[in-house]
This record gives sequence, structure tokens and C-alpha cells, in this order.
Amino acid sequence: MDPVATPYFFYGLSAVAVLSAVGVIMRRNPVHSAIALIFTLLSLAGLYLMLYAPFVAGVQIILYVGGIVVLFLFVIMLINIERMQREYQFNKQWLVGLLAAAALGALFVAVYVKGQSIFPQHAVRFPEQLNTQQVGKMLYVDYLLPFEIASLLLLVAIVGAVVMAKKRI
Amino acid sequence: MADFSNYLNSNLTPGQAGAHLWVVIYILIIFAAVSLAVIAMNWLERKILAHMQVRLGPMRVGPHGLLQPIADALKLLIKEDIIPENADKLVFWMAPLVVVITAFTTYIVIPFGPTHAVTDMNIGILFMLGVASLGTLGIIMAGWASNSHYPLLGSLRSSAQMVSYEVAMGMAAVSAILMTSLRGTGVYGIGSPTADAIGTLSMIEIVRAQMNQHVWFVFKFFPLGLAAFGIFAIAMVAETNRAPFDLPEAESELTAGFHTEYSGFRWSLFFLAEYAAMIAVSSIAVTLWLGGWLRPFPHWLSGDAWDTAFSIFPAFTFFVLAGMALRTTVRMPKHPYFKIQKAGLGVFGLLLGGIGLVLLVPPVRDRVQDIYWFAIKVAAFMYLYIWYRGTFPRYRFDQLMRLGWKFMIPTGIGVLIATALVGVL
Amino acid sequence: MADILKSEQSPSSVEHIEAEKGVDQPFLDATELILNMGPQHPSTHGVLRVILKLDGEKVLNTECVIGYLHRGVEKIAEHRTYAMFNPYVDRMDYVAAVSNGLGYCEAVEKLLNVEAPPRAQWVRTILTELNRIASHQLWLGTHALDIGAITPLFYTFRDREEILKIFEKYCGARLTTHAFRIGGCLYETYDGFEQDVKKFCDFVTPKVDEYETLLTTNRIWLERTKGVGVLKAEDCIDLGVTGPVLRASGVKWDLRKAQPYAAYKNFEFDIPTGQNGDTYDRYLVRVAEMRQALRIIRQAVDSIPEGPIMGKVPKVMKPPVGEIYHSIEAPKGELGYFIVSDGSTQPYRVRVRPPSFVNLQALSKMVEGALVADVVAVIGTLDIVLGEVDR
Repeated sequence: MDPVATPYFFYGLSAVAVLSAVGVIMRRNPVHSAIALIFTLLSLAGLYLMLYAPFVAGVQIILYVGGIVVLFLFVIMLINIERMQREYQFNKQWLVGLLAAAALGALFVAVYVKGQSIFPQHAVRFPEQLNTQQVGKMLYVDYLLPFEIASLLLLVAIVGAVVMAKKRI
Repeated sequence: MADFSNYLNSNLTPGQAGAHLWVVIYILIIFAAVSLAVIAMNWLERKILAHMQVRLGPMRVGPHGLLQPIADALKLLIKEDIIPENADKLVFWMAPLVVVITAFTTYIVIPFGPTHAVTDMNIGILFMLGVASLGTLGIIMAGWASNSHYPLLGSLRSSAQMVSYEVAMGMAAVSAILMTSLRGTGVYGIGSPTADAIGTLSMIEIVRAQMNQHVWFVFKFFPLGLAAFGIFAIAMVAETNRAPFDLPEAESELTAGFHTEYSGFRWSLFFLAEYAAMIAVSSIAVTLWLGGWLRPFPHWLSGDAWDTAFSIFPAFTFFVLAGMALRTTVRMPKHPYFKIQKAGLGVFGLLLGGIGLVLLVPPVRDRVQDIYWFAIKVAAFMYLYIWYRGTFPRYRFDQLMRLGWKFMIPTGIGVLIATALVGVL
Repeated sequence: MADILKSEQSPSSVEHIEAEKGVDQPFLDATELILNMGPQHPSTHGVLRVILKLDGEKVLNTECVIGYLHRGVEKIAEHRTYAMFNPYVDRMDYVAAVSNGLGYCEAVEKLLNVEAPPRAQWVRTILTELNRIASHQLWLGTHALDIGAITPLFYTFRDREEILKIFEKYCGARLTTHAFRIGGCLYETYDGFEQDVKKFCDFVTPKVDEYETLLTTNRIWLERTKGVGVLKAEDCIDLGVTGPVLRASGVKWDLRKAQPYAAYKNFEFDIPTGQNGDTYDRYLVRVAEMRQALRIIRQAVDSIPEGPIMGKVPKVMKPPVGEIYHSIEAPKGELGYFIVSDGSTQPYRVRVRPPSFVNLQALSKMVEGALVADVVAVIGTLDIVLGEVDR
């Protein structure tokens, strides 16, 4: 089937993503930030759908929104919000922040300028039905070793977090 | 307009056919039907639970309390809407909406029949699990925004519970998805060994796979399918916060848990969402393991005669219900006080009978029977939910976590690996 | 949050609850949560208020605040004659009003040095044991409800109704019966009393098994009650805990055997005891007590002696100067009355030793390091009635 009203959806979703991303860093209340993050992630999932990557979109929802943000909220809820709002946080390092932002912006511009020749104009159209199989084949056949290394890395991180958080195991 | 009528002849879901008007119509029908089901469920739960507990349940509003859910809904709508002074107003306002929207969004991909779904997503089951897991966000938001201790504890419990049981649920679902791509019959030789093995996440294709393999996945690779189904059936109760896993709203510990501070319409949204979510997860279980819309024994008892026989079931069910209503009408006390109730119940019985008659008309009969078999299976799960509630005490938080992490998830992984092994060997 | 609690006029303040040494340090230095459970809470059995200091769900410290139902029953006694005060005692443990009346009447009889006639003793025993069953049934229903099983409540209330019907037929009241008078019972038993009681015994015996089928082997029930709220025998004795809670810890102490009163010495019955002193054992002990009570009732009904039901007591009761302490085994534990007489028609001082009040002391010990859900289970298993705690 043909996609419906693609440009509108694209701009709408992008606007939501950007606005809520701004919300994530602008809100003083961490719970509001986390909720804004949910909207960013959901609109990203929508963008993935438009790129004919439904599997990635589904995983985005199930893992990031359903799992990770829930854990974020879980932790944030326990923090004393009033004390949090009074604290003056990273704002003093605005010079570093500015530099980092400028570098990132430059990177984006460079990719935009140079990328037009490097990347094809249109995304390669996989048959929609086979998307999941394609992802599976990539992960478990073509790039099995990097995939396993990445999961090992995650495991190390989890063990480290547990050791740090819990004094007595 | 041609689109509109052409769709009826195509054997596709409206989403696949690209018939946008029909998509809207389907969504409206599903919304209305789910709301109606929640209302019916409300009445049935009270009645069934009451009869389990040697009491009558609602008897006053309408004959046998049939109008009680409507009276309750009205009461909730006109109740004062309270937002606590120190609540986070925005989040407090958003929470019930998030819960309701996520609960209803899952219905987009539920196949009530081969063509009776809004659309057939190729990541259907993934979408369902993902969106169903979003409901917990609303609960967390509600608990936090209330700025009160009981809701906070309730939402902490809820988030921990959902995150842990989602893993077990996912494991069980994956083993069912795996079965769509595996030939073979297992030790007990159930099903057809030569069927196509497709491998799919689409809800409709999963049911078709069960059709082609001549087996409901609950019976495939005999103990394995059943084990995965069992894990899912337990995890889905925990996922919907129902007894015996109703810790987020444990009324004897946390008064009302995460919705302690909610009242009136907002509270009723939580109620609606809870029941809608129950029906939704039961639909997943029915689709994955119990053959979705398939009627019993579509291969063994095949042929036109059997098809016709089974397609009479919906009408027959309505006739039985109508008979029950009319029998009660006749048995009502002959006192002027009961005149209106008697008339009401009689009309209700006739209405049910009328629906039964409509269901006998051949074109309607053929289109409706898929929905009927699906609904019957879901209804069995709903009855189980009520039964659990009437029978079990509540788990404690640490016991719930232990059950989830130390029993359900290892068993889920084990079943998944065993399924893969049996399928490959 | 602490300010909110402090601003209320209460005998406790949050500073008192300091995390004891030896309890685990809070996770990730998160601040402790102070949860104010009650006085309006579905499972604090009335108006008990428990201030819980929590680390997540774990209880670091508890403090009970009582007195929301204080009516000054003991003070009222000083301004009423001995007979006039009798109905007031029914309002203390309103779940077991008959036991309260029995204790009071026997205490005053001891003070007056009179004795109720045998027939009255028998009727008193039957009614008190019926009331014990009713009290345990109510306890079982609400305790199971606290733990999340909603169905047993309706089963026990259905059967408790039969007991209340017998009370109603006997003395006209169902809950606060005022069934006994000083010196005996006011009412002769109605026609068919024996048959009614026997019929009730036959009716309820299978029902007790029915409650057990719902709970005794239920996995979740076992997990929720075994090893929860453990109270060792020494702790029970130190805290003065009595009744089924004491017996579940393995101490075979029952005033019906230790200092027989009413007609108990004439009947055979066992004292059920537990070993572990946990919530599950207390449940088993109470269920066994229901069966023993039925055994006593059966024996008593078969052997009711003939004779007058009211003894000879003076119209104006003026006990000699002196004091008396008399205690009976109420469904919840030792119910004692300490009465000081100055020789006038009114007691100089009455002091009640209520079992619920004393048993409630054990709460903080029992829930140390437990979870919030256990607090609810333990409050339920102590079987407190706030009318009796606050008086």
C-alpha cells in the first residue's frame, strides 16, 4: 500500500520530536522532562515507521518507552523534587556546552552538504513484510560477533551498576 | 463511493485495502463494542462474584440489576471532579488519558476475524505488547502527580511489576511466534507436519499459521505450547493489575493505590482502561495460542454441513440468553411493584431473541461467526479473571517479584529454547 | 511531610521514630517515607492510626496512635450503679459483647459473694462460646480480606448470622446483647433454644471445613502468612500477650482450664496450640478454637440442668469494701476486671484489662523489617477491636 500524506506526517512528527526534546532540557521538574522524553521517543518511532522500519519502531516503543523511561520515572519519583528544583546544576559550564553544541551543529551541516552525494536520495525500499527477517538476518548472521560483543558490553555495565548500587549482594 | 462498496467484496482488512472510510467505521465500531463489553463485564463481574460469595449482587436497578452499570456511569459522570491542591495539575490531568488511549490503541491490530481488524500490521504482536506496556506510564504519572503517599507507593509497585512481568510475557509470546515458523508436531504428534512454516509477527498471519498447521499453538509440541501459554496467562494478570497481582491498587494496604486521589470521570477512565486492557491482553492470548477466530476443529469436522452447524452457534447462544431472560420474566413475582421490571426484562429477552434471529440470516451468519468464536474465547478469560478475584488472596510485593524473576522468566526462556530445539530437530 | 504530622495534636511525634541501629541503611540514601496509616484506613480495623517509617516498602519503625474511640468507659462506671454499668461493657469489644458481660457479671458476683445458679452458668457458657465462634468468624473474614481474599468474608458473615439470630431470639439484641445480669441471667431460655443451638452446631461444623478449603492449603495464603509477624513465646510473656496469639506461640495457657469459671470445669475440651508463633499458626489456632467451642457447646446443651436461672441478689447492690480482680478467657485473650468498692452502690474505680490493648503492643515487634503488606496482615492477625483498645 502507498504511504498516506507522508510529508505532513514527517513534519508533524519531527516538530513533536524537536519540541519535546527541547522540553526535556528546559523543564526544571525532572518528571516533566521524562514525560517530554516519552513524546520524543514516540515520535521517533513514528519516523521509523515512515522509513519502512516497523520492527525498529516496535522495538523503540517496547524498549525505550515501555522499559527505559519507566525505569527513569521509577528513579526520579523517589527524588525529592523540591530540593532538585532548587539546585543549580550544570549551567556554569556554558562555554563547554556552547562549544559542544557548535561542533555538533557543524557536523550536521557537514553531513547535510556532503551527504547528498554519499547517501542515495531515497531510502532503499525493503518489502515491508520482510523487515523483521532482514533485521534478524543482519544481527544474527552478518554481524553476529559485533552483536554479541555489544550484548557482553551491556552485561558488564549491568553488573557494574549492580555492584555500585548494592553494598551487600 | 465505489471504494466504499468495493471494500466489502475484498477479503482484506480496511487498513490493507486502504479504505480509509472503513478504517474510521471499524475504529468507531470497535470503540463502541469495547465500551459495551466493559459495561457488560462490570455487570457480569459483580453478578458472578456475588454468586461465588453467596449473595445476589445488584438487584435493584433494573431487573437483576441489569441497568446498574448505567446508573454507576451516570453517578461517576456527575460526581465532583477533585484535583488535589498540591497535585501536579498537568500530569494529573494527562495520566488517565494516557491509560485510556494506550488501552484502546491496542485494539487496532486485534483480528476479530480474517478481515475484521482495523489493519494487519506486520509487527502486530510487537505493537500490541509495546502499546500495552505504555499503560504503566499513565499509572506512574497518576501516582506521582497525586503527591500523596499511597498513590506513590502504588505506582512504584506498578512500575516494578510491569517491567518484570513484561519480560516473561515477551518470552512466552516469542515462543508462540517461533511456532509459526516451525514445522513438526512434537512427541505427541498433534497437528500437520507438512504445513507451511512462514514466520511472522502479524496477528492475522499467526492465526492463519495455526489454521495451516492444523493445531492451536497451545497444543503444539504438546507440553511446550501449554507451558508458554501458562506463563503468558499468569503474566497477563499481573500486567493488568488484577487479583491476585493487584498490588498497585491493593485496597486493604494502599486504600486505592495509584488512583486514590482520583474521583468521578477521571476515575472512571481508569476503570474503563483497566477492563479494556484486560480484554486486550486476553485477545493476545487467544490470538497466539487459542486459534483466534478459528472455530473448533476446522479440519477434522470440515465440510459444508459442519460449517453450517457451527455457524448457527452465535444465534443459538443468543437464543439461550433470550430464553433465560424470558424464563426469569415469567418467574418474577406477580406483584404490581415488579410490573415495569417485568416488562423491561421481557423486552430485553425479546431483543436478545431478535438479535439471534438476525444472526441466522446467511450472509450475516457467515461474517459474524469469526467474531463470535473470538469473543467466546476472550469471555472465557474474562471469567477466569473474575474467578481469580473470588478465590485468591493477594501476593506480597517481594513474593510477586520472586515469582516473576525466579520462576516465570527462567521458565519462559527454557520453554523458548526447548521450542526452538524441538522445532529444529 | 513531617510538619504535617507534627502539626496534629497527637501524643506522638515523628522525632520519636528514629531508625534503630542494625536496621539496613536506606537504599541509595533515599529519604525515608513516613506513611500515616489510619485512622481512616480500610484495614486498621476501626480507627487505629499507625505511623510507619518506610524505606521503600520496608518498615523501619512503627508507632501506634490510639484513643480515637475513647469514650471513658471506666470513668462512666464511677457514676453508675453496678447494675447500670452492665450494658456499657458490651460496647467495649462489641464483637464479643457476651464475653464482656460475663466477665463483668462474674467479677461483681465475686465482690458480692454470690454465685449464679447452675442453669445460668450453663446458659452463660453456651452463649459465650457461641460468641467466641462469632468473634473468630468475623476475625477470619476480615483477616482474609486484609490479605486480599475477599470471599471468606461473605462465608463467615453468612454463618455468623445464625449465631446472631440465636442471640436475638434469646435476649432481643444481636450485637450488644446485655444477655447476663449480676447473679444469673434475666431471661429463661426460649422454647427450642437447645434445638436451635444443636442445629447451629450441625450447620456450622462443615462450614468451618469450608473456610479451611479456601485458605489452609492455598499457596498464596501460605506465602502471605507463614513466617510473617513471628512472636516467640518469651516475647509474648514479656509483653503480656494472651489469647490465641499466645497459644500460637506454643504456650498452653487458657483461663478456661487454668482458672475455670462459669461451667467450664464440667466440659472436656482441648487447648489448641501452635509452634512457630507466626500468622499462619494463629490462623490455625483460631480455626481449631472454633471447633473446640462447638465441642463445648454440644456438651453443654446436652447437660443443661433444671432450676432457676436467676440467683438471689439484693435489689440494691452494696458490695462490702474491698477490691476484686477477675479475668476470663475472651475470644481475644485475657479480659480482666479490677473493681474497687467503697461500700456504696457505685464502684469506686473500675479498671478493665482489655486483651486487644495489650496484644496491640506486640505490633511494632512483629512488623520490624517487614513490608507494608505484612503490617496489614499483622494488624489483622492480632484481632484487635478498637472499641476495646480505646474504651
